[in-house]
Amino acid sequence: MPPIIELKAIYKIYPNGVMANKGVNFSVEPGEIHALVGENGAGKSTLMKIIYGMEQPTQGQVVVEGLERHFHSSRDAIDAGIGMVHQNFMLVPSFTVAENIVLGQEPTQRGLLNKQKAIDETIQISEQYGLRVEPKAIVDSINVGMRQRVEILKALYRGANILILDEPTAVLTPQETQELFLAIRKLVEQGKTVIFITHKLREVMEVSDRVTVLRQGEVVGTLPTSEATRESLARMMVGRDVLLRVEKPPAQRGRKVMEVQRLTYINDTGRSVLNDVSFNIYAGEILGIAGVEGNGQTELVEIMTGLRPSTSGNALVNGKAVLNKTPREVRMAGVSHIPEDRLTNGLALEASINENLIVDRYFRPPYKKGASIDYKQVAELGAKSIEKYGILTPDGELPVASLSGGNMQKVIVAREFTSDPELLIAAQPTRGIDVGATEFVREQLVKQRTDGTAVLLVSADLGEVMSLSDRIITMFEGEITGVFPDAASVTEEELGLYMLGIKHQSKEEMEELL
Amino acid sequence: MSFDVVLRSIFSAAFLASVLRISTPLILPALGGLITDLSGAVNIALEGIMLTSAFTGVVVSAYSGSVFLGVLAGVASGVLISFVLGWFHLHLETNIILAGIAINILATGGTIFLLYVLTGDKGNSQSLASGRVPNINIPLIQDIPFLGRVISGQHIFVWLAFILTWLVSIYLYRTPWGTHLRAVGENPQAAETMGINVKRTRMIALLISGFLASFGGMTMSMAYLTIFQREMTAGRGFIALAAVYLGGRKPWGTLLAAILFGFADALSHQLGSLRIPSQLVQTIPYIVTILALVIYNLREQAVKRERRRKFQEQHMQSMASVE
Repeated sequence: MPPIIELKAIYKIYPNGVMANKGVNFSVEPGEIHALVGENGAGKSTLMKIIYGMEQPTQGQVVVEGLERHFHSSRDAIDAGIGMVHQNFMLVPSFTVAENIVLGQEPTQRGLLNKQKAIDETIQISEQYGLRVEPKAIVDSINVGMRQRVEILKALYRGANILILDEPTAVLTPQETQELFLAIRKLVEQGKTVIFITHKLREVMEVSDRVTVLRQGEVVGTLPTSEATRESLARMMVGRDVLLRVEKPPAQRGRKVMEVQRLTYINDTGRSVLNDVSFNIYAGEILGIAGVEGNGQTELVEIMTGLRPSTSGNALVNGKAVLNKTPREVRMAGVSHIPEDRLTNGLALEASINENLIVDRYFRPPYKKGASIDYKQVAELGAKSIEKYGILTPDGELPVASLSGGNMQKVIVAREFTSDPELLIAAQPTRGIDVGATEFVREQLVKQRTDGTAVLLVSADLGEVMSLSDRIITMFEGEITGVFPDAASVTEEELGLYMLGIKHQSKEEMEELL
Repeated sequence: MSFDVVLRSIFSAAFLASVLRISTPLILPALGGLITDLSGAVNIALEGIMLTSAFTGVVVSAYSGSVFLGVLAGVASGVLISFVLGWFHLHLETNIILAGIAINILATGGTIFLLYVLTGDKGNSQSLASGRVPNINIPLIQDIPFLGRVISGQHIFVWLAFILTWLVSIYLYRTPWGTHLRAVGENPQAAETMGINVKRTRMIALLISGFLASFGGMTMSMAYLTIFQREMTAGRGFIALAAVYLGGRKPWGTLLAAILFGFADALSHQLGSLRIPSQLVQTIPYIVTILALVIYNLREQAVKRERRRKFQEQHMQSMASVE
């Protein structure tokens, strides 16, 4: 049978120069469940947006049911029988389930809405595909599982034959996930085709017929699921060509600086994001956290730095409790933080470089003089930092927005390093910055650690975690799955198995090493 | 005049009739504010639109001698201004609040300027003979005791305010267009992916709000009075927006909230005859507005907290049942 969807040599280059897809060939057979896996940033979502008409490929062909297509909007894709269920649901919260399903194609009677017909059609389609919903319930009041079924029904109501599910299980409880899988199988029985995006290999093995692995914008391979194992898929996902080398003297582990005890976090939608996380960080070492993004690392860092309240647990810096304190209190306890999202949490873009350098200390001497700020001191700090950290700018009075991404990051690094921290938490410290700046930031991290600072490194770049860290812990679905006391002796394949939840050390095994 | 006289007058048919009259130039723009607010592009230029329409209506009816032409011109000017606002916001992507403020300032200065050019007077349009829209007496109803005197004999815009509230509620909740408008306001992305044109929907909402607010403006200058005075809308375009929120963003709720403000206004007129400083009395409508909004917001927050708590509880239960 000819493929129902075929992508031929798809290239996608974004205006900012990021190449998300590099010559992707991808085909889906009618009536199959095709899993698309890859790490964050591997290009999965871009590829699906191209199929769904939300993005246009820079080069390459999209062929749907034998016809080459050029979709200009998702409307075109919907008309061609393609439906997509997005990760963040596209529902109108105050509308009922039925109103959401018929939105844009409401049944009418003499120009007025025919609400009864909308309800009847919802019941009919819901029964046909075995997707249980309450037509009259307000979407705001239904749970996530039902919201997802509403999204699927929305696509089916519009006559979708091909359904794209973008990480559908990310927001579901295990029970809801099982229900979803049942529903997917039922859809396929009735002749639909499903593309299932995920990075959870357990789910790939459980539900899919074939699987395609993407890595860094390229297809690593497509194979029948029956011929794949979780181990082989993990290798395909995380395999890397070169491991960068960083020169660093052996670690001199000092005293315990931070203790995180049984940290748990349940988010607004009731999902357990962090579950009973405990570990220690010692002076003079870099502790790396390896994990696929979205497994709780972001929340962990935000909780540790006072940006987010925790549900339960404890965290001590030098014996002083820092959990659920304000970011300033946490900083005053000796913690500095290179945030993951530097544009929102790291910098005030319209403020000057100098001002950004003092935001964590303007309120205390020597920067505070009487009721005002001692601008002479500020200028001095600015000049020193610009020189020492190689920030490329003619003047510290210029707004940070005038700098390149790499230089912005240097401003943050300068601020966080000059505050003389006991503990430095670096989240994605080299994301999106150029090679030179990356190397500089890494060197500085190692230097801090060698000078006796405790460093926590969270990075989606496995190579970075492996080459910089002295000790590594892996996180999967909000839990620590493994701890490796000697980072130099562990292979990326091994880490991959723990990062993807295939292997799991026992609590007893880990206890000593955390 | 003693206090009980004032009290008695408050419960008179004449007073209630005046409440309806005074509420009308709030109800009409509030309906416009409601529609735009629900579409996600709230029209804060209601004030300027009212002022412009009030002026245009008087001038055109005076020069043409036709009330009908005056009203037509007033409506056209209101719709035109909201088109300009929509064009700035939706096409040129300026901030709608800033564009709205600019229009309000322009309308204040522009009407005074044109008034001066046409009449040589910067204060009011005394020298122009404005038309007045007709009153409506209803044969049977006007004979009902009390009620007849409240609702019969009102001018046409009072009636229009109630009829339009009804039509707006049908539009918003019974037609596909109104449904699309509400969807666009709540989750534009969801609407967009379902093939609804977000910009066009918002533009239509703005044009309707201009239409509605223009009647509010002409109520002031062609029904309540028959004269245009500088800045005669006196913040009603903004109080109308407050009525939208107080009314729970629903058509009939908005109408009731506008009537509450109208009541406060009418009350301050009545109390003016008591020996209380008039400045204090004149603040009543505004104090009522602020109090009402505070109470409304507190209630909203409580509702939200409750909903969140329920949701979490429910979710924790479903998680527990898995384990």
